[in-house]
Amino acid sequence: MSHDDHSHDHDHDHAHDHPHPHDSGPFQPDIKEPSEDWEFLEIALRELMIDKEIITAREIQDKIEEWDGKCPEIGARVVAKAWADPAFKARLLADGNAGVGDLGLEVPGLKLVVLENTPKVHHMVVCTLCSCYPRPILGLPPLWYKSREYRSRAVREPRSVLAEFGTELPDSVEVRVVDSTADCRFLVLPLRPEGTGSWNEEQLATLVTRDSMIGTSVAKAPIRIA
Amino acid sequence: MSARFKTGDRVIVRTDSPPGHVRTPTYLRGKRGVILRDFGPWANPEQLAYGKPGWPRKTNYWVQFAMDEVWSGNGAYAKGDTVVAEIYEQWLEPDTARGSES
Repeated sequence: MSHDDHSHDHDHDHAHDHPHPHDSGPFQPDIKEPSEDWEFLEIALRELMIDKEIITAREIQDKIEEWDGKCPEIGARVVAKAWADPAFKARLLADGNAGVGDLGLEVPGLKLVVLENTPKVHHMVVCTLCSCYPRPILGLPPLWYKSREYRSRAVREPRSVLAEFGTELPDSVEVRVVDSTADCRFLVLPLRPEGTGSWNEEQLATLVTRDSMIGTSVAKAPIRIA
Repeated sequence: MSARFKTGDRVIVRTDSPPGHVRTPTYLRGKRGVILRDFGPWANPEQLAYGKPGWPRKTNYWVQFAMDEVWSGNGAYAKGDTVVAEIYEQWLEPDTARGSES
C-alpha cells in the first residue's frame, strides 16, 4: 500500500520524519522461489506427468502425507518392544526387516540392520555420502543429519559431536561410527535406562528419542516422582 | 556366489578414483580394516546408477576401521573408537601384509 492514497483523517503530524522503514520487505523471508535446475526439472516433470494423466496431483499429495506421517514414534515402539520382549529383540537383531515385520512395519528394498548399544559399544549413524536414513521407521531425517558439517565431523570427531548433543561417554566405551554408505539402513537400539524394570512397553516408548535411535544421544532417564 | 571374504579377514580398500557413482567414501580409500559382517549379494550400485541391471551382483561387506588408521590421530576420538562402513567387494583386497586373523 502506498502512503499517497491513504485517506484516514488522524490528527498527528504525518510528515514521515520518523525512523521506521516502510519498504523493508516482509518481516520474515518467504520460502525460497525455485532457482536451481533440478527444481525446474522437478516442476516440469511433475506437471507433464499430471497433464499426461500418468499420476494425479492428489496421488502426489497423498504420498507426501504418507511420508510426513512417518515419525520417530514408530521407531520408539520397536525399541520399547525390544527392551520388553527378549524373543522379539533376538529376532530384530538377527533380521531387522523380519523383526519390524512383527509390528506390521516394512522397509522395502533395503536391509534394516538394528545395532544394539551395550555398556561397551555405542553406535552412532551417519551417511557421509548423502542422507541414507531408516525413513520408514524414523520418518524424514532432521536437517542436521543431512548437513555437510554433521556428515564430515561425525566420522572424524565423533566425541566432539556427541558432546554437542550432550552425550558424554567414558573412553572405555567404543564409539562405533556407522557410515551408511550403501544398501543397509541402520537403527540404533539404545541401552535401556536403569530404573525401568517394572515399566511396560507404552511407558518405555516415552524414553526413546529420535536422536537415541540415530546414536547421537542415549535414551532418556526416567523422571522419578518423589 | 562364493563370498571372497569372511568375518575377521583383514582387508585394504582400493585407492582408485574412478569417475561416476561409487559408494566407497574417499576417506576410507587405501585404509586397512577388518570384515565385521557379510551383508550378502546386491545388485551393483555402480551400475544401477546408470539404469543398468547391476549384474553380476556384488557382495556388500561391513568393514571396521580403527579411527587411528583413518585419521592418524588428527580427530576427536578415543583410542578404541572405530568407524564401520558398507564396502562392495570390488573395492576390497586382502591385506596380505598382516595376514588373516582366522
